[in-house]
Amino acid sequence: MPPRSASKPSKKRSNPDSVTSSATGPVPSASSKKKASKEVDGTDKLFDKYANASSGVIDPEGIEKLCSSLEVPHTDIRILMLAWRMKAERQGYFTKGEWRIGLKALKVDTIGKLKKALPELEKEVREPLNFRDFYAYAFQYCLTEDKQKFLDTETICQLLDMVLGSTFRAQVDYLIDYLKIQKDYKVISMDQWRGFCRFCNEISFPDMTNYNLELAWPSILDDFFEWLREKQA
Amino acid sequence: VQESFGNQSFRMERKTIDLEQGWDYMQTGITKLKRILEGLPEPQFDSEQYMMLYTTIYNMCTQKPPHDYSQQLYDKYREAFEEYINSTVLPALKEKHDEYMLRELVKRWSNHKVMVRWLSRFFYYLDRYFIARRSLPPLNEVGLTCFRDRVYNELHSKVKDAVIALVDKEREGEQIDRALLKNVLDIYVEIGMGQMERYEVDFESFMLLDSASYYSRKASSWIQEDSCPDYMLKSEECLKKERERVAHYLHSSSEPKLVEKVQHELLVVYANQLLEKEHSGCRALLRDDKVDDLSRMYRLYHKIAKGLEPVANIFKQHVTAEGNALVQQAEDTATNQAANTASVQEQVLIRKVIELHDKYMVYVVECFQNHTLFHKALKEAFEIFCNKTVAGSSSAELLATFCDNILKKGGSEKLSDEAIEDTLEKVVKLLAYISDKDLFAEFYRKKLARRLLFDRSANDDHERSILTKLKQQCGGQFTSKMEGMVTDLTLARENQTSFEEYLGNNPAANPGIDLTVTVLTTGFWPSYKSFDINLPSEMVKCVEVFKGFYETKTKHRKLTWIYSLGTCHLNGKFDHKPIELVVSTYQAAVLLLFNTTDKLSYNDILTQLNLSHEDLVRLLHSLSCARYKILVKEPSTKTVSQTDSFEFNAKFTDRMRRIKIPLPPVDERKKVVEDVDKDRRYAIDAAIVRIMKSRKVLGHQQLVSECVEQLSRMFKPDIKAIKKRMEDLITRDYLERDKENANMFRYLA
Repeated sequence: MPPRSASKPSKKRSNPDSVTSSATGPVPSASSKKKASKEVDGTDKLFDKYANASSGVIDPEGIEKLCSSLEVPHTDIRILMLAWRMKAERQGYFTKGEWRIGLKALKVDTIGKLKKALPELEKEVREPLNFRDFYAYAFQYCLTEDKQKFLDTETICQLLDMVLGSTFRAQVDYLIDYLKIQKDYKVISMDQWRGFCRFCNEISFPDMTNYNLELAWPSILDDFFEWLREKQA
Repeated sequence: VQESFGNQSFRMERKTIDLEQGWDYMQTGITKLKRILEGLPEPQFDSEQYMMLYTTIYNMCTQKPPHDYSQQLYDKYREAFEEYINSTVLPALKEKHDEYMLRELVKRWSNHKVMVRWLSRFFYYLDRYFIARRSLPPLNEVGLTCFRDRVYNELHSKVKDAVIALVDKEREGEQIDRALLKNVLDIYVEIGMGQMERYEVDFESFMLLDSASYYSRKASSWIQEDSCPDYMLKSEECLKKERERVAHYLHSSSEPKLVEKVQHELLVVYANQLLEKEHSGCRALLRDDKVDDLSRMYRLYHKIAKGLEPVANIFKQHVTAEGNALVQQAEDTATNQAANTASVQEQVLIRKVIELHDKYMVYVVECFQNHTLFHKALKEAFEIFCNKTVAGSSSAELLATFCDNILKKGGSEKLSDEAIEDTLEKVVKLLAYISDKDLFAEFYRKKLARRLLFDRSANDDHERSILTKLKQQCGGQFTSKMEGMVTDLTLARENQTSFEEYLGNNPAANPGIDLTVTVLTTGFWPSYKSFDINLPSEMVKCVEVFKGFYETKTKHRKLTWIYSLGTCHLNGKFDHKPIELVVSTYQAAVLLLFNTTDKLSYNDILTQLNLSHEDLVRLLHSLSCARYKILVKEPSTKTVSQTDSFEFNAKFTDRMRRIKIPLPPVDERKKVVEDVDKDRRYAIDAAIVRIMKSRKVLGHQQLVSECVEQLSRMFKPDIKAIKKRMEDLITRDYLERDKENANMFRYLA
């Protein structure tokens, strides 16, 4: 088997100044890539379709385009799941490296295959262990500044709806109502965010008879509990 | 007894004694003995008779078989008793009753013991060898057993009834023959032959039942008729009498059991009814200061298991009610009256609370013999009402104000040194009941600062004394800042002397104004707002000069000037006469502006001095709308508005040559509460981190309770606040929740 670097049948001559890296520079044509793997080839081609030519990454516009190709609304949870799969670091952007990781994990290299893989991805993400990770990721993903630790309540409301809405409709609706009405909390921490998910999973709703104020639930949930109890009375 | 007679080993042919013959002889001795016992004229045994009887037995036991009659003689010994008992003793007893029967029994028992003693001496040889060889009961026991089986078993129940009847007769006040009862009961004890069982089963158990029912009847009528003190007196008397009874004729082991029964019927069964009697029960006694009755109540219930608990509870409720009433009184007076008199009422409250404490501490020590239950009750009662708010002021603040009033000039000059020391001691003791000790510390510190900085402290020794007491009660950390403040003042005086020397040596540096500077160590003193007012040039020079001096002493410290605490003496050159005005630095800054201009608008002053509206309004108000109108305000409305203008009031005068123009103090309460809340957040953080660092992993409830405990010396932390701090520490990566159990926390190094 000949060494990799030589096995580039489609290439006539390598262009010295067309070495590509995922982070920088213009994206030249597929024919000038170093790696000959067909998979990467397809993946990269797909990447180029949505990436911004000058920045070399898929930006929010590109993601919107991607969404319409996938026939998925761009506020859909499945895009977030895809981002998770890619371990995307920055909200609204996919780098080439992240794209490669994601698509490789899904074993797809065309838009059609990607579309077909979405239900499978969703199923995988909803597995308990994965979901825990995904849920925390969702929060992390929305942090825009370096060293930022909190998200504003409005973002949280949207996230709650997106991430937990389909499984815990009632809880999410009440939580969102509460978050909008209350004045004590302007921002939410990761710990509180995690608390919401735990609450939905562990506490029977809407009776909440197994909720215990003496346990270590984040205070915001204690306040939510008391608010809801009063409402129900 | 000539025992040696039997040991002579000369070979003398003894004539064999035949059983019947020998027994006949013995029978004469027995008959003689009976006659003596019956009181018939019969001389006592002499030694020869005795010896003959003894020897007869000896010979009959030592004869060669088949003439060794040991067994037969042993049996006949017993039969002798049985015969006597059946024929004489028992009939004599059965024909008598009650006390007569008892006397007869005592006599017969005594006789029986004598008979046993004599017969067992005659038959002694059996005791020496025969019974040991055959493991039989010794003669003494045989004799006693006969009486027991034949007399005692027949009669003990009847005897017991007779005894109990006499006991109850004595209880009703009649005289009885105590010695007789003692003798009768001794029989029960002796008949047990080393065990107390006969006494306990055949007599004591019945006696206790009877006593219980006797006192039950008495109690049920007394509880209806008597007042609580009278009932207690009767109970005490009854217990005393029953103890005497034991001492005189019951066995000593009966005492605790009898006392327990009596106590139960008189004091336990009716405890509730007794203590809660409407007009004479525990509550009423406390209300009416019936110290003797309460002492009796303590004595009576002290010995009963858990008997004191209801008493302590009523005591606690009473003290709490009294305390609450004082608080309510103060609250009511405060809402009905103007602000100044209200604060006087609050001070009166503290005094009254101290008096209340003194009063009931005496009860605890004297009536209740220093018992921990009552110390605890007093403490809990005080903790309830000492933490109530009065007219918006927390108890911590009231207490701090009270201290301030004692320690400041003009506060308590009528009191002697001892009285002041005593009051300070008591105030510190009260502090123990207040949960927000940190709040007290902060208020105290603020007022201490004012006393120190404005030279309002009446007596240095008292200042130090209370700090010592606070330190003893609350620990060194509590008072370290305050002590620092007092030290600062001492150092400041020394510093001022150096400063004046420095000025003397550097005439060029002299600012031309007498300047006294007090340097405070940051951290000891409360934090003061100080904003950059544009000082008049004269003052600017002062600041510069002092700075120059200060730098000769230390180069590594930064001076921050707090003009809000300064005082200025100005000479007001009024038309009528010059008057010295004692004002704050800020007021001086305002007034000095009028040296260059006659009239200034509000905005002029604002711009020139660079103050906030709130502060400027306050200043101008104090100079133009208050008691002394140094400035004339246009228009002359009662409040300062931003469109006003001001002019120096040359026409101002007063009969005094020097007047003090006070600035109304800013309400420090809000700031103190804010500062303390902030400190508490740090304290909670520190406690949580400290606990987690040492435990590494801890459950939520345990962490919260340890936190509360650690902080309880200074304040009672709010559980919600602790939770919020924990969440904050999670966000700051000091802690994390355990992955499996969200109620468990881990320390993150």
